[in-house]
Amino acid sequence: MTPAFVVRRIGFYTVICAITLFFAVPMLWIASAPFDASPGLGVRWPDWTLENFRKTLSHPYALHSMVNSLLICITTAVAVTAFAALASYALSRVRIPGRDALLYGLLLLSSVVTGTAAMVPIFVMMFQLGLIDSRFGVALVMTGGLLPAAIFILKDFVDAVPKSYEESARVFGASTLQILRDVVLPVARPGLATILVWAFVNSWGNFLVPFLLIRSIDKQPGAVLLQTFTDEGGSANLSVIPVFSLLFSIPVVVLYLLVNSRYGFRFHGGIKS
Amino acid sequence: MATPPESVPVPPVPGRPARVRGPAQDVAGLGIGRAVGFLAPALLLIGAFLVFPAIWTIYIGITNYRLTGVEAVSPSIVGLSNYTRALNDALFHNALWLTLLFVLGSAIIGQNILGFALAWTMRRARPAVRRTVEALVLLAWILPSTVVAYLWIAFFDRDTGTLNSILGTQGTAWLIDYPMVCLVLFNTWRGTAFSMMLYSSALQAVPPSQLESARMVGASGWQTLRDIVFPHIRGHVLTNTLLISLWTANDFSPFLLTKGGPNHESETVPVYIYNVALQGGELGYSSAISFLLLIANLLVALLYLRLLRRRS
Amino acid sequence: MAGIDIEGLATVYPNGVRAVDGLDLTVADGEFFALLGPSGCGKTTLLRTIAGLESATEGTVRIDSADVTRLEPGKRGVAMVFQDYALFPHMTVSENITYPLKVRRVAPSTRAEVAERTSGELSLHGLLERRPGQLSGGQQQRVALARAIASEGKVLLLDEPLSNLDARLRLEARTFLKKLQKDLGITTVFVTHDQAEALALADRIAVMQDGKLRQLGSPREVFARPSNTFVANFIGSTPMNLVPGVVSASSIDGRPVDGGSNGSAVGAVSLAGGSLPAATASAPAGAEVTVGIRPEYLTLSTRDVSGPSLRGSVVVAENLGTMSLVSVDCDGTLIGVTVPEEDEPAPGTPVVLTASAQRVLLYDKESGELLARQPAVVG
Repeated sequence: MTPAFVVRRIGFYTVICAITLFFAVPMLWIASAPFDASPGLGVRWPDWTLENFRKTLSHPYALHSMVNSLLICITTAVAVTAFAALASYALSRVRIPGRDALLYGLLLLSSVVTGTAAMVPIFVMMFQLGLIDSRFGVALVMTGGLLPAAIFILKDFVDAVPKSYEESARVFGASTLQILRDVVLPVARPGLATILVWAFVNSWGNFLVPFLLIRSIDKQPGAVLLQTFTDEGGSANLSVIPVFSLLFSIPVVVLYLLVNSRYGFRFHGGIKS
Repeated sequence: MATPPESVPVPPVPGRPARVRGPAQDVAGLGIGRAVGFLAPALLLIGAFLVFPAIWTIYIGITNYRLTGVEAVSPSIVGLSNYTRALNDALFHNALWLTLLFVLGSAIIGQNILGFALAWTMRRARPAVRRTVEALVLLAWILPSTVVAYLWIAFFDRDTGTLNSILGTQGTAWLIDYPMVCLVLFNTWRGTAFSMMLYSSALQAVPPSQLESARMVGASGWQTLRDIVFPHIRGHVLTNTLLISLWTANDFSPFLLTKGGPNHESETVPVYIYNVALQGGELGYSSAISFLLLIANLLVALLYLRLLRRRS
Repeated sequence: MAGIDIEGLATVYPNGVRAVDGLDLTVADGEFFALLGPSGCGKTTLLRTIAGLESATEGTVRIDSADVTRLEPGKRGVAMVFQDYALFPHMTVSENITYPLKVRRVAPSTRAEVAERTSGELSLHGLLERRPGQLSGGQQQRVALARAIASEGKVLLLDEPLSNLDARLRLEARTFLKKLQKDLGITTVFVTHDQAEALALADRIAVMQDGKLRQLGSPREVFARPSNTFVANFIGSTPMNLVPGVVSASSIDGRPVDGGSNGSAVGAVSLAGGSLPAATASAPAGAEVTVGIRPEYLTLSTRDVSGPSLRGSVVVAENLGTMSLVSVDCDGTLIGVTVPEEDEPAPGTPVVLTASAQRVLLYDKESGELLARQPAVVG
């Protein structure tokens, strides 16, 4: 071990520590504040209590907004998965005229039309359709936005399923429906699960769409409600915000860990899964 | 729409299994009719909630449509006057400039470099270290944006904020005094995971034998990076830079931290569109700006797709 | 009696490639039939066209005398084993084996019996509840075979059945497969790019190139008398010597050289600075030909011999196990010859090569086709 080597090692670990701290320190607050008897915006060793949880759970809209989030996100995730599954199978296996152009168009759309660039027409459209303040409307808009990317990821999955599975079933006389039910669907299950979780996580964290489209506080999902917690004086309600933040993050983290342990974290470029 | 920034398909990373040989065909006997039926629901939803709004932006952008008042009921066509107004709008210029700073600082420099540094150093780190660091970086990426916004508001807080405690600068209102610096730090923290993962898999594709050859001839770490690694991952660097730039330019989360303030000092284009449209009620004008953003997105996306094609 | 009759069959891909190009072929009932050729020769497409997975553009396919050209794959009475076995990963071995019966709505109790019986035949005891992912390559292959057999097709199609196994296992599986086919007596067509596999397994071999049939015959015929230089090059683990030559005489020294008793004219060809005896009935003296002779059929001697021969010196000897492949430089042409390992000469040794006229094949210099009507060799 030369001195230069030692110096390099020390430098290496210093950099690693600095990066780790950069990522860890901002998160400390959500680990300490929820359990602190007098929560503030600072990080400190908490004065342990569960009082904040009691306060949060008795907040008139806190649990309600979680239910709203669940409603919106489950609807979105199921719709995205079902429609993307059908579309990606057809696109992967059947030579539909204009397929390549369609795929190219979808790829462009999914990156070009973003929530922020289309917020005005979406707002106006939903307004004129009478879907303002509708949780179903929020789910529809989210589904439309997530579908192109979902079709792409799933088509990748379906493309990777060997065609010999279907051919084999076909040689043995299985009908199209039997092939889809007995072979394709079970084989594609990891892909479907990934998309389901991906769509759920994405819509769970989506702030802009419900923020634009929902007016009544009793219909707001957690992502929006969290922004509006204030106490009687109008300043941020610090006994509710940290706990709610923590509770609201749990589903996302749990789902991520689940997919990661069950199917391994497959890198779909840019896709949280 | 609901597509949050991190959801654009990325080119297949080298190392994937090759596609099965032979022409694509209808192995299950679905038939074109049923295939179109399978596609229809998805295409309808995409058409209604993605394509139609994008096209409608063009129309609203040439009207004086407003959220309230007479123009809300019967808007009239005003031609290109919204666009000429944008040309002379100091606040729009300000938003463009801030967006550029935001993209340059947090995406092109911040996420790119930090992501690559993480991918490069974690490659040979001990598994425990690697797992911990990667988990933290990923956590920053998957947490809901509203929650993340609170984390950073707390971190930057004037009185008890963690940053002030660390630096001993109690009383510095970071989000008010240095809003853009805060946003750049925040977005670097939030988005580095993507670059890290993309570069990790890109680095796996660099043949170890070439790295070993470089070591055999005594190349320094920097020489190895420049002469061996970079030529291999040049395509990934471009892809990554284009994608994260696109997402950062369209990111709405600055709104959650600063709402564009103080005094428009952190008002990036997306936040500006929101403020003009729903605070100011000028739907026509904000649509014109949205359309400009769409065009900018389209240009970047086309550039990206061209690169993809050339590589494949 | 489930034979396969193929007439004028062509399969053309949408991009215009004629993967199978006007093929006539008959596979007899109970025959073990190989489709052999380099990759891209159309052998797999032919197999898939028989199965109905590709549709024929022209011609007909008959199975058991019934025209199945336009029939769905499931209605042709064929069973197929895919190169990657295509075992459904989410089903157990037993479910995999009986899936063809499930499709036909056979009662579960009958299915269990079939699974039990077939797994017995294929030595898959105790594996019925496993999933394909938990099996070795050889076991997976046998499950795929079991599934094909359980479907009770009249014809069994195998796509590269041994290519997914490692070398040692492949020999074992080859023996197993041959015995299984003989026991079941089921008409079987298999595709392979490995000439040794085709020679070892098949009753008859069809060698294909560019969608066309280049030779059809028993393994011995295909090996000993390739009907063109393409087949000559493709078959055999040591490459056949293919050397330009000229028919020099219809007889040598005024007497028939060797094998003249069967009535055909035996003359000689000159090549590589020397000459070899050959049946020259179909080639006039002075004709330029390509002379083909397998290294196994040349005799190497260190002493001088009378009669037509090639003279040269040993360049290099490669060990092939019990045999050695010796490269001999004959007047600038390298000729390969195999000798028993104990006879391996040292490099530089002057040697003489001889062959019997039956083993020396003459090919047309232009078309590469075997100059016909040479006496057939049996044995």
